[in-house]
Order: sequence, then C-alpha cells, then structure tokens
Amino acid sequence: MSDIILKMKDIVKEFSGVRALDGVSLDVRRGEVHGICGENGAGKSTLMKVLSGVYPHGNFEGQIEFDGKPVEFRSINDSEHTGIVIIHQELALSPYLSIAENIFLGNERASRGVIDWHDTNAQATELLKRVGLKEKVTTQVLHLGVGKQQLVEIAKALSKDVKLLILDEPTAALNDDDSAHLLDLIRGLRDEGITCIIISHKLPEIRAVADTITVIRDGETVDTFAMTEKDNSESRLIRSMVGRPLDNLFPPRTPNIGEEVFRVENWNAYHPVDTGRKVVHDASFYVRAGEVVGFAGLMGAGRTELAMSLFGRQYGAHVSGKVLKHGKEISTRSVNDAIANGVAYVTEDRKRFGLNLIATIAANITGANLRDVSNYGVIDLHDEIEVAEKYRDSLSIKTDTVTKPVGTLSGGNQQKVVLSKWLNTTPEVLILDEPTRGVDVGAKYEIYGIINKLASEGKAIVVISSELTELLGLADRIYTISEGRITGDVLREEATQERLMQLMTVGEN
Amino acid sequence: MSEASTKKQTAESKPSLNINARDYGLLAALVVIVALFQFWFTDGKLLLPANFNNLISQNAYVVILAIGMVMVIIAGHIDLSVGSLVAMIGAVSALAIREWGLPVWASILISLLVGAAVGAWQGFWVAFVRVPAFIVTLAGMLIYRGLAIVFLTGGTIGGLPDSYVAIGGRWIPQWMGEVNNLDLFTLLIGVLGALGFIASQFRSRAKLNARELPTESLVVFYGKLVLVSAAMLFFAYRLAQHNGTPYVLILLGVLVLTYSFILNRTVFGRHIYAMGGNRFAAMMSGVKTKWVDFFIFVNIGTLAAVAAIVTTSRAGAAQSGAGNFYELDAIASVFIGGAAVQGGVGKVSGAVIGALVMGVLNQGLSIMGVDSAWQQVIKGLVLLAAVAFDVTNRRRSGTA
Repeated sequence: MSDIILKMKDIVKEFSGVRALDGVSLDVRRGEVHGICGENGAGKSTLMKVLSGVYPHGNFEGQIEFDGKPVEFRSINDSEHTGIVIIHQELALSPYLSIAENIFLGNERASRGVIDWHDTNAQATELLKRVGLKEKVTTQVLHLGVGKQQLVEIAKALSKDVKLLILDEPTAALNDDDSAHLLDLIRGLRDEGITCIIISHKLPEIRAVADTITVIRDGETVDTFAMTEKDNSESRLIRSMVGRPLDNLFPPRTPNIGEEVFRVENWNAYHPVDTGRKVVHDASFYVRAGEVVGFAGLMGAGRTELAMSLFGRQYGAHVSGKVLKHGKEISTRSVNDAIANGVAYVTEDRKRFGLNLIATIAANITGANLRDVSNYGVIDLHDEIEVAEKYRDSLSIKTDTVTKPVGTLSGGNQQKVVLSKWLNTTPEVLILDEPTRGVDVGAKYEIYGIINKLASEGKAIVVISSELTELLGLADRIYTISEGRITGDVLREEATQERLMQLMTVGEN
Repeated sequence: MSEASTKKQTAESKPSLNINARDYGLLAALVVIVALFQFWFTDGKLLLPANFNNLISQNAYVVILAIGMVMVIIAGHIDLSVGSLVAMIGAVSALAIREWGLPVWASILISLLVGAAVGAWQGFWVAFVRVPAFIVTLAGMLIYRGLAIVFLTGGTIGGLPDSYVAIGGRWIPQWMGEVNNLDLFTLLIGVLGALGFIASQFRSRAKLNARELPTESLVVFYGKLVLVSAAMLFFAYRLAQHNGTPYVLILLGVLVLTYSFILNRTVFGRHIYAMGGNRFAAMMSGVKTKWVDFFIFVNIGTLAAVAAIVTTSRAGAAQSGAGNFYELDAIASVFIGGAAVQGGVGKVSGAVIGALVMGVLNQGLSIMGVDSAWQQVIKGLVLLAAVAFDVTNRRRSGTA
C-alpha cells in the first residue's frame, strides 16, 4: 500500500456499557476519497467524532495515527490544528453573519483583535472561487440554500489548510444538481491533494465518487475494498451492510388480517422553509385491520415527514392528498381532527414531541384525551389516576406511582407512557415512529409484544423504523421510501434485508 | 385569611398523593420569616392585630396580580405591563364616577371590561402575531402609563364615594356583635373555614379509598388537618381583635380558590401546564396553543383591573403614579413561589405564599423603621436567594 495519511486501529467506544464501536480499524491513503457505509446506528458518526476529537483522547480505546505520527486530540480545535476538518450533517453556520464572516469565524483575519475586512473579504472571495460558489462574500448566509451553505462550509474548511476533509451525509438535504456539483468539487479537491472521507447512505453516489469503501456494521469494520477490485458491486456493499442473522428477538404472532381501514392517496408535501423542495412525492399506501405495516427508509428519506404531514399537517407546506378510513374520506387537517377520526401518531422524538417530562405520568397519559376524564372542562383527578393505573398495569410501566414526573422513568418506560397516551385516544389507526429508539433490548421485546397485541385487537398499525431487522420481525408488509417516494411494497415472506436496502437506496430514475 | 387559604390550597390542590416537600418547604420558609420578625426584629409587633390587618389590605394587590402572573409564567411568557395597567384602569374607574357620573357598580364593570380588552389586545400580539410577550408588555408598560397620565391630566382624581372606598379599605360590619372585643362574625368564618377544609379532606380521602387508590399515611393526614385548622383559627382570632374581616380578604379568598381550581382541575389549566412544559408535545396532542396564550392574557388583564379597583379604593383616589413596580412585585412573588423561568412549573398557592413573603418583609422592615431604599435592597436579595436555592435544589434532584 502506498502512503497512509490516517490509520485508526482497534477503536473501542462505550456509552454506559453499550459498545458503539467494537474494534474498528480504518486506513485512509493520502489523496483518495474514502467512502464509509453502514446502516443507521452502525457507528459511522461515532467513529468520526472519535477522529475529530469530539470524544477526547482517553475517552475511547485504540490508536490514531495521522501523517505517520500518533495523535491524541483533546478537542475539535486540536484536530483542526492538525488539518482534520469535519463537516456535520446539520450545518453549523451562523445565519445572520456574512459568508466571509462565517468562513473566518473563530479564525478571524485580524491583528491585535481588530478585523482586517479587506483581507477577510479578499481571501473569502478566493476561497469561493475554489469551491465554485458564485455569491458575494458579504451576503448573509440565511439567504443561501442548503447546497450553497454546504459549499461555504467547505470553503471554511479550506481556509484552515485542511489535509483531511470529512463530510457526514453531505448530500442528504441536497437536490440532484447540487449533489452533482458537490461530488465534482470533492473530486477536484482530491486532485489538489486533499484527502476526503465521505459518509453517505446513497450507494450509487458513494460508488461514483469513492476510491476505496469501508463498511461498518454493529461497531465493527466488516469490509474494505478498492473500487479497482473486481467485485465492487452495489450488492457486495448491501450484503456487507446488513449481513447479520435475524435473531429471535420478536415475540411470535399469528396475523389475522381483515378489511382495509386506512388509505392514503397521492400525498404530497413540500419543505416548510425551502418551499420549492418536494419532500413527499405522491405517496399512496393502505393498512388493513389487524395488519402491521412497516415503513423502511434511510434517514432523510421522508418517513417522518410523511407521517407528520399526515397527522394534522404538523410538517410541510402545500400539503395535498386524500386520507380515507373505511373507504370514506376523512380530515386530518388538525391534530384534533386526526384524533377525532381515530388516527394516532406516536412521535419519533419522544422528548421533543411526545412528552412533557416535568409533568406526572398520569397527566401525560391523559394529555391527548382530557375529554375522557373531564366534565364541562373540569378534570376528575381520581378518574385520571384510574386511567393511568389501567395503562400502568396493561403495558406494565415500571414505576411506584403514576403521580411522579415522567422524566424520572427509563427510556423504555417513557416510551410506554407515550404509547399509553395515544392508546387512550382509542385509535383505529396507530402510526408508530421509531417506537424502540433509545430503548434497551428487554423493553424492546415488551414493546413488540404490545404492538402484536394491538394488532390482534384489530387495530391498523404503521411502524416506521430505521432498523430493518425490526421491520422484518414485526411487519406483515413493508413499504420502502427513498427520497420522498414510496419505492416498494413487499410482503414479509418476500422481504429480505438485501431487497429492502436496494429499494431504499434507489435514486431518482 | 390569606395564609389559611393558602395552606388549604397547598394541601388540597395536588393531584399527587405524595407529600410535596417543595410546597411544605416554602410554607416553612414563610413561617420562619414571620417568626424572625415577630420574636426577633420587631418585639412582637408584626402580628399585633392592627398590623396583621394591614398586612392583608396592603398586599392584596400583589396577591391578585401574582395569581394572573403565575399563569402567564407557567405558559412560558411574562407580563411587564400590569403596574401601568393598574394606573390606567384606576384612572378610568375614577373618571367613570367623577366625570361621567356613573354609579359605582358601572364603574367596576367598565374597569373589568377595559382590563379584558387590554388583555385581548396583548394576547392578540403574543398569540397570533407571535411577538414575544416581553416586547408586547414592555410596549404596554409605556402605553398604559402614558395614557394614565393623559386621562388624569397629570394629576389625581379623588373624592370617591364611600361604597367604592370600602372595597379596598373597609371591613365587613360586625353584625353579629362582639364578645370580649372579638368580632363574632369573623370567628364564625374562621371556624367554618376550618370545618370546610377538614370535610373536603375527608371526602377526598374517602373517594381515594373507595377506588382503592393510594392515600397519604394517617400521621401526615391528621397532622395536616390539625396544623391547617389551627392556623386558620389563629388567623380569624387576630382579625376579630381588630375591626374583623376586610372586604378584600373575601375577594382574595374567592380568587385564590377559583384560580387554584382552574389550574389544577380544569382542562384549560392543564393545557397551560402542558404548553409550558413542552409546547411541541402539547401541539402534537391537540392543544390549541394560540388560544390558550390569548386567554391567559385576557385573564391577567382582567385581574389587573381587579387590582386597580382595590388599589384606587384603598388610596381613595386615582393617581397617575399608582401601581409603580407592581409588575415586579408580582413577578418576584411568582418566582419566590417556585415557578420556573423556562415555564411549565408553578402554582397559585406558591405565588400567594411568595406574595406573603414579600408582604411580611415590607411590613416587618417598615415596623423596624428600615429606610425604604434599604428595603428594596433586601427584597432584591431575598428574590435572588430564593430562586438560586430553587435552581440548585432542582439541579440536584435532577428534575430540571
């Protein structure tokens, strides 16, 4: 092998007993584009945080060598001084500052604390030329689209004499033109001698730009190959990404599927800020009584956006389409309409959208259906506690009392409280968004059991999940979403991780 | 009565069946402050019947405003305008009687309507235009103060009729007579209050038992009954020694009970807490957050009108400088009473106890003859200490 610029060896990183990285090794050659692939939660981002000093040296095991010397980064500043710059998926620009100010933020062109604006703007102009961005350097960043902001981030990295540039999902929020431009730019930087690591879910894209690809799965390096190798196919990538046996993690269930309950036709939604960008394209799907339907898609594919725009238009602009229940059109224009029509949505981010952590368990459980425990606007606190106790029993929420703040419970039990809240609206259609995220294995099994029980009671259930194994274990039928479109409708018997992954990664044709 | 009714609220209001250490701690702090002044700094003068009576009528406005403010703060907003609003509505109310020749009841009605209208105006900007409440009410603070000066042409309107002045400054007639210089009617109210409290506690416990839900231990239960009843009786005894029951005390009692009920027992109250605790989650649960915001401001506008009537009647005149710094007294009371700056937490009972802490400090320091400039310094430090204590406490218990 030729000149190795970065060598990471046997990296192990634990989070309170859980191994996020379990002996990852990575070799990156000088002047190449190195792609990193893996499922959500495989450990890619954690690895990059270890590399860039977000997790300081001593916080993990293993060695890092950069430019032939061992390095010990204590902060991002340390890694940047060495020439390693990471551009995160969520861009970190200050919207009200100009492009030039952003490029030199924290690294101002100044002498004795006084900024030299001529120098700043002249150098920024040079950098914009290098990244191919035709904007005035005095433009405020908030006037730029995501694609252009991405280029400002790269210009900022270049201003720091970067040797190794890390891009985390750089095209996730970009349209095709912007993505193509960005990939060209990355190739250009490589030709100038800058090494790049690119993390992406979009396999065609990564195969197009990378010289070498490393696949990470469950915190381990499972495959590394150069694009010059004979077998560099997409199917090799997919096999490496998912290749794990389906464990016996799921309680058994015999599906008893009835009539169609819920149908969505030609659903469209645009991005709420960037209103020209379509986030959900003509989505149509249906769910039957007693059926568990999975939604598989990579992060940013539009799963949550679809669900949130359906549920009371809580996401998106210019939302259009039809929602039918038992063949009749219903309104889900407001959250109250949706609830009244028997639709419940258990949100993805329970801390942000699901729970009032400082309120009691009981108050959270009755929160979406206070009518049930009140008369003429007056709540019967005893009824409320009784309702809460009922769910504490039936979902076995582990707590000594339902009158303590829900924030004191473990993740799994918090999730059960959110579930209780929505079951208490007596829904016919239940949309569960990442129902087991941040929940330990035991509680996962319990939640799967609850889902199965609800299905056997005849409810129509939609489960959105990033974990393919979870969908394969739970769902009777799985829809795949890619870039806002429903790209597949696969029966459980015919579903394999490889097939789903393929449907999830199809680009726009 | 304020103190007794406060305790009553603390005990009755919680959906929780555990002893809430924070509530009792706050009450204990009030008792300690009262004891310090009574036995240490003022040689027993603080709780002399006349001073005791004064304590209530002098601080009634803080309690009224704090009740409105606690709802605003739970929802995650602030209202800086209530002091100016008190002055402006006081002016309107006096004008109605003296200039327009309206009867007292009409003046009161107009005041309340103006208060609600001003609240609706502010609520509109906060809820629907989404201008931060800090800005809306800061603007209001300037606008209403200016208008008060305009309405009063810079001066004062006095000569208000007796029936108006009675609201904030007089006592209920001693129609049952006296025994040993004690007003019987006031004593009767005290006894009825204590019995009512005991009865409501037993009823609530019986309900819980009937449904086999957990209850407080017997020691705590009876201890609470004895302490609260004793405090109510002492309270009534002191008042009976000096003119009896002020009208304004009845008003406070009604307001405290009503608003505790609204916050603890109604869907509207629950929505305020849900919104303050997590606005997104509340929206996703179908809470109409904009309308809740709107009505919170209509409510505090109306309560500011009540405070204006009480203040104007006690002073016997409308003054353009009335209500100065009232908003800060109310805000301080709410935070001393355990509300959280980021919203979602707070109680009427806490706000009332906070108002009493401020009131006792005012009264006690005045009796001691402390200069009013130093009184401000001391009150400021107490506010800072109370909230600092609360913040560190919450951090330790990991609930913030």
